[in-house]
Amino acid sequence: MAQYGALFSRHSISYIKDSICVARSNNQIELSESDSAALEGAAGPAVKMAMRILVKMAVLYGARALLDITQAHIDSTVYIGDAGLEYAEGLANMGAKVAVPTTLNVSGVDEYHWQEWPVPPEWAGKARRQMDAYQNMGCTPTWTCAPYQTEQRPQFGQQVAWGESSAIVFANSVIGARTERYPDLLDICCAITGRAPAAGLHLSENRAGQVLLHLVDVPIELQETDTFYTVLGFLMGRLVDDEVPVLVGLEVEPGEDQLKALGATAASTGRTAMFHVVGVTPEAPTLDIAFHGKEPQRQIDISEADLREARRKLSTTGDARLDMIVLGSPHFSLAEFSQLQLLITGQLCSPDLEFVVTSSRGVALLAERAGYLQSLRRFGGKLTVDTCILTTPMLPDGVETIMTNAGKFAYYVPGLLGAQVVFGTLQECIASAIAGRILLNDELWNE
Amino acid sequence: MERVISTRPLVSGSAEGILLVSVEPLSFWGGYDAQTGEIIDRRHPLSGHIAAGCILALPSSRGSSTTSAVLLEAVRLGRAPAAIITSSRDTYFALASIVAGELYDASFPVLAVPADIRQSLVSGARAVVEPEGILRVG
Repeated sequence: MAQYGALFSRHSISYIKDSICVARSNNQIELSESDSAALEGAAGPAVKMAMRILVKMAVLYGARALLDITQAHIDSTVYIGDAGLEYAEGLANMGAKVAVPTTLNVSGVDEYHWQEWPVPPEWAGKARRQMDAYQNMGCTPTWTCAPYQTEQRPQFGQQVAWGESSAIVFANSVIGARTERYPDLLDICCAITGRAPAAGLHLSENRAGQVLLHLVDVPIELQETDTFYTVLGFLMGRLVDDEVPVLVGLEVEPGEDQLKALGATAASTGRTAMFHVVGVTPEAPTLDIAFHGKEPQRQIDISEADLREARRKLSTTGDARLDMIVLGSPHFSLAEFSQLQLLITGQLCSPDLEFVVTSSRGVALLAERAGYLQSLRRFGGKLTVDTCILTTPMLPDGVETIMTNAGKFAYYVPGLLGAQVVFGTLQECIASAIAGRILLNDELWNE
Repeated sequence: MERVISTRPLVSGSAEGILLVSVEPLSFWGGYDAQTGEIIDRRHPLSGHIAAGCILALPSSRGSSTTSAVLLEAVRLGRAPAAIITSSRDTYFALASIVAGELYDASFPVLAVPADIRQSLVSGARAVVEPEGILRVG
């Protein structure tokens, strides 16, 4: 078995005045007095363990210090096996409490409605234990991958520690809040200690654009569609590594849900944690400001043909019996419910397939008040909240082909659900739901 | 002939296994079955390969934040790679190893090497990782 401790034994910790320096080869991290005390156990065993993990990770991030965060979002909430459960319950049983307001990502089950689906009860029981553990640590039970659609949406410039790839890229790019691309398990350490490595996207200098993404002769009619942002995200994730891309050549003003789709898809095909859209996102009023006055490291041109090819890659089939249509990955916003209502009012979903929208309990309450859920029920569609169909074993038997308008969902379906996937526009999804079969009839995207 | 490569250990330790190499990053959530150790990202070149017990060489993780949790679960079930070799400052694999050390005293080596060295590795070769970060191939 490996021994990390050799590099991090107490011998490598030396006291210098009021701070502890943890030295390791080419990197030094200077801890504050309270960080050091926490590391020694002064704030209890849970904080000690969280700080120990955080400091080890901060060294790997190249941080010279930790900084204060004022909010966190925990992605470690999904039950995927007993390790995550043991970790959460271990922290909770040691008395862990979050030090900052903390939202929770999708859970392992729809807490109050899981029995409406074929979820194994034993599995649901463990998923609920994991949910309880995070609530016992003082987190807010938002149960959503779109915490920016809750009351705890952070503000421009706010230092936060977020997990959930699609939320991280949204927070940095669309809001201008500051978070590194935090993995599960570390997010809760940041929340418990109220600290994060002073590195990466927390620091202004690392938020500068690096790669110029240039849209070349992409017709404005395509740019006006939701699908455009999803397929652009597919390409962005593939073409850009962990750099910050800057998009130019856009001739329309994208909406928030379109930017959500752009980031979520890029954070699925790649590891984009921040992007700029010149004239649109808050840290990119001009090209020069987006690049912090520097030259781009490289330029990538994106053509209409590139976009059409990316769109084809999001589907694994186009000609099969359709079993299910899923919308809401990331979780459906109120605006998306409104958009959906306009398309389904007075229509009926085919009884031959399932039509499901996933959202958060908070947005669902608002959608109920607005009458959107009544429209969905009349159409013959279902709603599931808290969770994600990719994470809960809730699919009815015999689901072989799923259609969606969400790039993130389309990307993960083959691996996680073992099903074929068809990517279409929202309108195509509705037309297919009514017809009971795959209908790809969008004139702009299907030449 | 044995090749000796000096690496930068992100998490140090010993391991031994067959190399499994790809130039494409991998999200473990949606890309790795913790129960079987199979790579299940159907768009990935290693789709269908069993990485459990192998020394897995990848440029980085990608996609989901849950990569670390899936890898931790694979450690619990004894279906994780024996070691991971990467090239970037990607922290997702190292975190899973550090938490596996905390929970199960079962951390595994995570090594960083320059991209050109990683790309020169070939799947199928036998490799040994030594605690100081020395990688012996062949």
